[in-house]
Amino acid sequence: MTRVRFDTTDVDVGENESVLDALLRAGADVPYSCRSGVCQSCCLRAVEGRAPSAAQLGLPPTLAALGHFLACVAHPQDDLVCARPGALAGAVDATIRDRESLAADVVRIRLTPNAPFDVKPGQYVNLVRPDGLVRSYSVANLADDDGFVELHVRVLEHGAMSRWIATSASPGTAVTLRGPAGSCVYVPGSPDEPLLLAGSGTGLAPLLGIARDALRHGHRGPIHLMHGGRTAAALYGGDELERLRRSHDNVVVTRCVLDGPGHGDVVEGALDRVIAARLPDLTGWRVYLCGHPDLVRTLQQDTFLAGASLDAIHADAFLTRADAPAAPS
Amino acid sequence: MTSLFERLGGQPAITKAVDVFYRKMLKDPRVARFFATTDMNRQRAKQAAFLTMVTGGPAAYTGKDMRTGHAHLVAQGLNDSHVDVVIEHLGATLAELGAKSEDIAQVAALANSVRDDVLNRASPSGAGR
Repeated sequence: MTRVRFDTTDVDVGENESVLDALLRAGADVPYSCRSGVCQSCCLRAVEGRAPSAAQLGLPPTLAALGHFLACVAHPQDDLVCARPGALAGAVDATIRDRESLAADVVRIRLTPNAPFDVKPGQYVNLVRPDGLVRSYSVANLADDDGFVELHVRVLEHGAMSRWIATSASPGTAVTLRGPAGSCVYVPGSPDEPLLLAGSGTGLAPLLGIARDALRHGHRGPIHLMHGGRTAAALYGGDELERLRRSHDNVVVTRCVLDGPGHGDVVEGALDRVIAARLPDLTGWRVYLCGHPDLVRTLQQDTFLAGASLDAIHADAFLTRADAPAAPS
Repeated sequence: MTSLFERLGGQPAITKAVDVFYRKMLKDPRVARFFATTDMNRQRAKQAAFLTMVTGGPAAYTGKDMRTGHAHLVAQGLNDSHVDVVIEHLGATLAELGAKSEDIAQVAALANSVRDDVLNRASPSGAGR
């Protein structure tokens, strides 16, 4: 007999019962539809205990690696604590350790969590200011190895959080990190698979994180890192990309600008065009896309049509308040 | 008798079929516009559910799902000829995965049986179409 916890429900799972059946019997509010492992309405995430692999068939490998499973076909061997898929796992107080400008409008902050904080490179966290203001940022580093969390913050003209980070959040400032969330993560197990990591703006942060994670796991297949910006000034992180390229034979870096001439290693052209020209056949590739929502949507479709499997395309579209309709003031 | 779903190889075959089927739809200018603003991850799960149903796997779709799920497309002009295109690609996809022609005919019949739900109209009970 195994025990399952979800929200305030705590219930034994019967011999022939699924996790969904047990939770519904105990009155838990779990969405569901087909009850046969197809529609994925009842997807939950195991935050403690091992999700039964038979209940992960049909889920993208990133979600499976993060413990997601389909409750309606789950007959767990271990006790489980479950959460809704999008739920932020926890919160930890953290201290800003240092802050550095990476470009005219990008600031890097590194934070030391005051307690263990389990976040995979490529996932995102909610940064909460003491007054409650909150924004999401992706993790660019191997936080568990490094002992700190690295975030890249695009400084927006009217960005309440980003301007505060750029001007006031000095070393020693206390904040809270909530999360992690997101499923744009490296999945170990296919070390020879070619990887395309493409994005714009601070989409570079999770892409760097994923690349670092892949290399840490001994990934041998080619890793194409492609970063696009409107102008050369929008491209940052060139030194870090160059370091990665120099120290790993399988890393290929391409940087491109939309407006105006390429120079050095920076080529002229829209990111989607550059990808199409350099990697016309993505059959068998794993693809990670991060950055501006319009670009991410375009690249999702383009890379799929170029042969990448839907299961192998992972996207994280960055929504900023600047993209939303202006709120009346 | 085993279902086509089982004979094709169950869930992993459906995952592969969604890739082939969805790519055919996106590459076909007759229907591609209906996917212009679609969330591909959600679409992936829906198409898997659809392909599972029409191949005789565990059914997840109901008529009501079909109606609400396609209502916005009907408003954009989705009609019988688009459904025909879907069924054409469905057959070609299953053929690529090794289904026999009698299986494909059966799947087409099943897909046709939800046509009225998809197009959000009353079933033609006796009346001509």
